[in-house]
Amino acid sequence: MKNAESKLDKYKTGVSAAYLFLAPALVSILVFFFIPVISAFIISFTDFDIYSLGSYSNLRFIGLKNYIDLFNNPLFWTSLKNTFYFVLVASPLSIFVSLGAALLLNSKLVRFKAIFRLAYFIPVVTTLVAVAIIWRFIYHPRFGILNYLLSFAGINPIDWLGDPFWAMPSIILMSIWKNFGYNMIIFIAGLQNIPEHLYEAAVLEGANGWQQFKKITLPMLAPTTVFISIITMIGNFQLFAEPYVMTQGGPLNKTLSVVQYMYQEGFRWWNMGYSASIAFVLFIIIFAGTMLQLKIQKHSA
Amino acid sequence: MESSIIKMKLFKSIIGLFVFVNLSCSESSKEIVIDFWGLGSEGEFVKLLIPKFEAENPGIKVKVQMAPWTAAQEKLISAFASDNLPDVFQLGNTWIPQFAQLDGISELSEFIHSSKIINKENYFSGIWDTNVLDSLVFGIPWYIDTRVLFYRKDVFEKAGFTSPPKTWNELYKLSKKIKANHKGEEKYAIFIATNEWANFIIFGLQNGAEILKNNNTYANFSSDKFTEAFSYLVNYYKEKLTPLGVSQVTNVYQAFAEEYFSMYISGPWNINEFKKWMTGSLQDKWSTAALPGPNENIKGVSLAGGSSLVISQKSKHKKEAWKLIEYLSKPETQIEFYHLVNDLPAVKEAWKDSSLSNNIYMKAFYEQFNYVVATPKIPEWEQIVFSKLQQYVELAARNVLTVKEALKKLDDDVNVILEKRRWMLSK
Repeated sequence: MKNAESKLDKYKTGVSAAYLFLAPALVSILVFFFIPVISAFIISFTDFDIYSLGSYSNLRFIGLKNYIDLFNNPLFWTSLKNTFYFVLVASPLSIFVSLGAALLLNSKLVRFKAIFRLAYFIPVVTTLVAVAIIWRFIYHPRFGILNYLLSFAGINPIDWLGDPFWAMPSIILMSIWKNFGYNMIIFIAGLQNIPEHLYEAAVLEGANGWQQFKKITLPMLAPTTVFISIITMIGNFQLFAEPYVMTQGGPLNKTLSVVQYMYQEGFRWWNMGYSASIAFVLFIIIFAGTMLQLKIQKHSA
Repeated sequence: MESSIIKMKLFKSIIGLFVFVNLSCSESSKEIVIDFWGLGSEGEFVKLLIPKFEAENPGIKVKVQMAPWTAAQEKLISAFASDNLPDVFQLGNTWIPQFAQLDGISELSEFIHSSKIINKENYFSGIWDTNVLDSLVFGIPWYIDTRVLFYRKDVFEKAGFTSPPKTWNELYKLSKKIKANHKGEEKYAIFIATNEWANFIIFGLQNGAEILKNNNTYANFSSDKFTEAFSYLVNYYKEKLTPLGVSQVTNVYQAFAEEYFSMYISGPWNINEFKKWMTGSLQDKWSTAALPGPNENIKGVSLAGGSSLVISQKSKHKKEAWKLIEYLSKPETQIEFYHLVNDLPAVKEAWKDSSLSNNIYMKAFYEQFNYVVATPKIPEWEQIVFSKLQQYVELAARNVLTVKEALKKLDDDVNVILEKRRWMLSK
């Protein structure tokens, strides 16, 4: 009895000590995350703008008007369409490329792995603005190396970033090149976690390379793939920097993303209320996307 | 025992530190420190002018901080929201309505009345006007800019023009001629970028269009006068006198040097860049000219641009801040500043200096400054032109919408933006 009591005491002090140690993190999450998110949620029901910043008497509670205006605004739908275009095309492509690169780098036949790994990872850590300058030259309609190379195949010069049709594919290509290294590293880690004896057994059973890949590598990589596809999707929904530095959303708003639209409304035109409502719509979309993905993967597993 | 001695020592030294800090504070409190924020290279170079001011005004120290132009407005508005605006700061003159609306900057009439240095008459009237809202003055012009025509002299001569165009019609004829001279090449007469709203507002204002009506509460882009100016410019895209895509011209200077286009409407910030690219045999092949007007009888106006100096509403040292503004507005300081950063002096007196009066590229600017006008002075202005006007310019230029449709939709969109303003005024 006494023993149990002291155990409980110990447990109690343990818990309070845990809270004590957690406190700094909890407080900062509360102050820097929950409070801003809740105030942003409240702001999204007001017309908070530059006039309101001057005096709160110029603030009006307008209920769902921001959300209604948002759904009636063709520019929002354009930005949403562009974002989905980007997510649906860039995410799978980027995962394929990362997986391919990871498989190559994990193969026993490849030498100088460290150098390749570094080379593929360098774009991830390079400043986007520097990358964008180089890619703007690559894509340049008159002096760009891409058009130069295509000219050998007899293809007429294309204004990659200036043409409404090609602007988004150009952004996608650049973004995949810039980001696949990150997922590649995670895939390599996943591949190295697959026990070697599985492959040995498979070889003994006479499985060829493709069968090994299908029956061992892919299933064993499934948790990694789920993680990567969710992370990639969330990241891609938040597309901002690439079009911001490459096209500013143009031409004809064909590369305007939701986050960029939100940024413009909030920090260029100071329509904070409207901008907050965009943020919450995007939040719901990403949340739904993540849930859907988890469900599909559970179903198939 | 030993540890308590150490503690005692530590305690004493901390007390000592406090006393020291307090002493040094009370020592420096005899002089007043004013904070000054400058933007971009202005903020960088104005530091060099400060020592002289501090020598002339013992007891005042100036702390200069530089904010990059790209983040300037965000930084200033956040500073306002957190009550951290500096005593004096630089504001692009189109931002004055915003900060006046926020009640973030002081009204200066009283200071001006008793000043021996600053007087409305010393400035170009169009520029001064950008600082005035309902006859209240909120800023003092620091340096100024406007847009004029940069052109290739050699190309003009080939097209049979010995002087720059004076009217819209001449500009059009000249452009046609230049395009014809470049037959078969992918070259253009002029560069009217779809993402530079200024061109469209300038031509509208030249034509006498009232851009917003009813005390700036309703859009008026579909008025006859603006429509006329707008379709005049859109026609340049339709006849391929100007390139359509913005990305085709990554470097305007290089394109200008290559005759990719031969005319460009731009401001004094580009003079040095053009000088850098137009070298060797091209060195004397370009010049600047005041803008053409809609016809022989009307002078072509341009936009009144530049930056002003303002005093924050909550500053505790307004008098000292004003002294700094006065110092920066003296003709000799203005010339010094021009030599440092090439910003054109706002004070007319400074233009008599030989470094300006002998500069061949400056003549056009001086001429143009007498015909500059302010854009509508409302906080929403930048949103209207950057987010809406440019969008519809592109749609009309690419022939997705007709001029009429584009301007009608532009009006509708702008009226939505102005709803808050109408509500504010009706309160």
